[in-house]
Amino acid sequence: MSITLNVNGAEHQVDTTPDTPLLWVIRDYLEMTGTKFGCGMAMCGACTVHMDGQPIRSCSTPVQLAAGKKITTIEGVSSSAASPVSRAVQQAWDDGQVVQCGYCQSGQIMSAIALLEKNPKPTDADIDSAMSGNICRCNTYQRIRGAIKEASKQLV
Amino acid sequence: MRWINNETRAELARSFQEIDGLASPQESRRHFLKVIGGIGAGLTLAVSSPGTLAKMLPTGVTAAEGEAFAPNAFVRIGTDNRVAVVIKHVEMGQGTYTGLATLVAEELDADWEQIDAVGAPADGKRYNNLYWGPMQGTGGSSAIANSYQQMRIAGATAKAMLVAAAAQRWNLPTAEISVNKGVLSHAGSGRKATFGELAELAATLPVPDEKSIRLKEPEEFTYIGTSMPRKDVGKTDGTAIYTQDVWLEGMLTAVVAHPPRFGTKVKSFDAKEAKASNRVVDVIQIPTGIAVVAKDYWSAKVARDKLNIEWDESRAMDKSTDQIMAEYREISKKRGGVAHDHGSVGDALDSAKTVIEATYEFPYLAHAAMEPMNCVALVNKDSCEIWNGEQFQSIDQMNIGKLLGLPVEKVKLNMLFAGGSFGRRANPVSDYLVEAVHIAKAKMGTPIKLVWSREDDMQAGYFRPAYVHRVRGGLDAEGNIVGWEQHIVGQSILTGTPFGQGIKNGVDHSSVEGASTLPYAIPNLRVEVTSTEEQVPVLWWRSVGHTHTAYSTETFIDELAVKAGQDPVDLRMKLLADHPRWQGVLKLAADKAGWGKALPKGWGRGVAVHESFNSYVAQVAEVSVADDGKFKVERVVCAVDCGVPINPDVIRAQMEGGIGFGLAPALVSAITLKDGKVVESNFHNYQVLRINQMPEVEVHIVPSAAPPTGVGEPGVPPIAPAVANALAAVTGKRYYSLPIKV
Ligand code: FES
Ligand code: FES
Repeated sequence: MSITLNVNGAEHQVDTTPDTPLLWVIRDYLEMTGTKFGCGMAMCGACTVHMDGQPIRSCSTPVQLAAGKKITTIEGVSSSAASPVSRAVQQAWDDGQVVQCGYCQSGQIMSAIALLEKNPKPTDADIDSAMSGNICRCNTYQRIRGAIKEASKQLV
Repeated sequence: MRWINNETRAELARSFQEIDGLASPQESRRHFLKVIGGIGAGLTLAVSSPGTLAKMLPTGVTAAEGEAFAPNAFVRIGTDNRVAVVIKHVEMGQGTYTGLATLVAEELDADWEQIDAVGAPADGKRYNNLYWGPMQGTGGSSAIANSYQQMRIAGATAKAMLVAAAAQRWNLPTAEISVNKGVLSHAGSGRKATFGELAELAATLPVPDEKSIRLKEPEEFTYIGTSMPRKDVGKTDGTAIYTQDVWLEGMLTAVVAHPPRFGTKVKSFDAKEAKASNRVVDVIQIPTGIAVVAKDYWSAKVARDKLNIEWDESRAMDKSTDQIMAEYREISKKRGGVAHDHGSVGDALDSAKTVIEATYEFPYLAHAAMEPMNCVALVNKDSCEIWNGEQFQSIDQMNIGKLLGLPVEKVKLNMLFAGGSFGRRANPVSDYLVEAVHIAKAKMGTPIKLVWSREDDMQAGYFRPAYVHRVRGGLDAEGNIVGWEQHIVGQSILTGTPFGQGIKNGVDHSSVEGASTLPYAIPNLRVEVTSTEEQVPVLWWRSVGHTHTAYSTETFIDELAVKAGQDPVDLRMKLLADHPRWQGVLKLAADKAGWGKALPKGWGRGVAVHESFNSYVAQVAEVSVADDGKFKVERVVCAVDCGVPINPDVIRAQMEGGIGFGLAPALVSAITLKDGKVVESNFHNYQVLRINQMPEVEVHIVPSAAPPTGVGEPGVPPIAPAVANALAAVTGKRYYSLPIKV
């Protein structure tokens, strides 16, 4: 069936089955590869995107649930139109030299932006609960925590 | 990974003979440009939209190829003033694109901003790992160590030629020309030129003899020892390209239905239902299972679930890990092959006042790199091209060449960023690459992206082997350690690999490293090993043998110290009197951690020190234990001596990452088998560390002028024993199996 998706402000028509996970529509149909596949069962957060501003695991979200919603991917938060929070987070990530292999980081950054959009001054416990769904096998967690705090400082 | 057998050496030497012919600098340069040009050309043809081309090269090199100044295999300078540093090792997070580029930038006196790091093509002649002979590949924390001189000479040579070019253009003696941050200048006349402005002229000059090249003295370093920002860019905005992200014209995606147990083959299959979808293109039987080829991943996966496969399980693995461990425990009580023996441990233990005995158990572990294994392969009649987080170039070329009947140079490997590896991508049988090539061979002319699901990745084996260690130690009446006997039981990683040279008299060094090399001054020490055989494929896993030997040795020495009424740090310092670098990190970590200072109630401190891959690391862990036994690793103070610290921030990052990586098996990770089936399948039951479990980590680097050594692995071994020792300090109990249960 044909589904209309709004991704990063642009409308896309995709012809797919309604239960196809949003992740694979973004990656294989729209050919936007910044959103990553890590587990396929909402356990790792590599596929995190925003749906109407909420962080969701796109690997476990059937595409039909995304129809009519505003989807934002890592590409969307990296454009010039990005929000101040997005810019602060990415800047803090670069300044803090957070990444190692980098494969988890699109998801980490999407989760961090969603956290700070809602809660600009998160406590350690807030960070733990917002970020513990995002695995980093390179274990960059200490720097992720530091970068979130740094971005928070820039924002308030 | 340091021992390549003669057979492989000979085969590799034969393979590279043809390339060998191109020895003169001019020819090398032409060949080099051809190779580099080939990367671009191949991609231009193959990439579906021009916009993606820039993204395909890991860092988007902009140098104009035809005009590039390429004095050697590692440096290329364009008229646009960009400097491309060709990196022969895979970037999998460890920071090698930054570290190796630093070495070139240092000696070239380039501006850091003008440097791009770009992945080398596969060429075992030009880009071999100098520690591995004629073989290109990454592992054993060797990238910086084997490249230290090579990359510096490459940079210094390029600089000498640029200086010569300036001297010629300005008609001045070379001695009067200085180079600073990418600009050549002459103080007297005020003349200035950039690298880009001199690139074409420099390219016409002779390459100076290596012997005439002067390298900087450490006190002249400006980049080495400074935390330059990373060069593996594009990782915070989604533009970095991993294998999973490769898009080629006409490419199809393949998933494979793998056997449920090791040792199983396909008996028959029915693909009618699977083929019903119009997005499924083909279903193919390959040696490792049934491949579904489709227009996208999800269609392929859904179709795979609809396959009806009958497996031939007549030779299937049917053991459970409980049974394996029970067998290993029995074996550990008997004698094994001798890995190390000095003094007379039997007598020493017989006459000891106190003998302590411990049996340690370590489960299988999966690497679980964040990017599940995947590979893009294109097979044509007389060539093959691969896109992969390519870690084991020469071995992969050989295995694929053999499969296709092609000479190795016809197997072109494009090295992309790897979404982690931890050893997994350096596979002696090139398992997932060969699988991709089998499918691509059946679909000749069509690029195939093989995608493993997390479940495929986690259940494919190539695990860190399971081990049992039996250790006995004796104390005399004064509390001195008089004897230590250790028997390690588990599968050999090196058997049957090209690194079989590491097996001597039946002793696989990689099973005992760290124990057979125990540095403590103990008068009677014997370490034995029994290599078992199981149907479970095993592989090196970040820090290899040290993953388990550091645990048994560092918790056992701690137990002996406490038993002898001695402070664990003091005792270690005393027994390490002949090992100043061990002592150096131990003392630094203990001092910075405030060893001996009071802690809150329910908290404990533990220490461990270990050398691996010629780097020395000590860690002090602080844990808090609640009344219900729940505990948290609160803080870790780490000291590392890795010789000249090339990039302190990357070293810190690798220690932090290594600590988190090593904490996972200490706290939560284990692979188990039930009747031959791998029980764990994804992150819900193979747990790894999450942010709420990550302690605060503090890293201190020992200043050193010794040749630099690796940091990718050495941060891992000490953390589990440091945590166990800290727990013991609180609970008074010892923990003999991982993951730790309090
Ligand atoms: S891929 Fe979606 S949570 Fe892991
Ligand atoms: S940076 Fe490698 S998984 Fe997070």
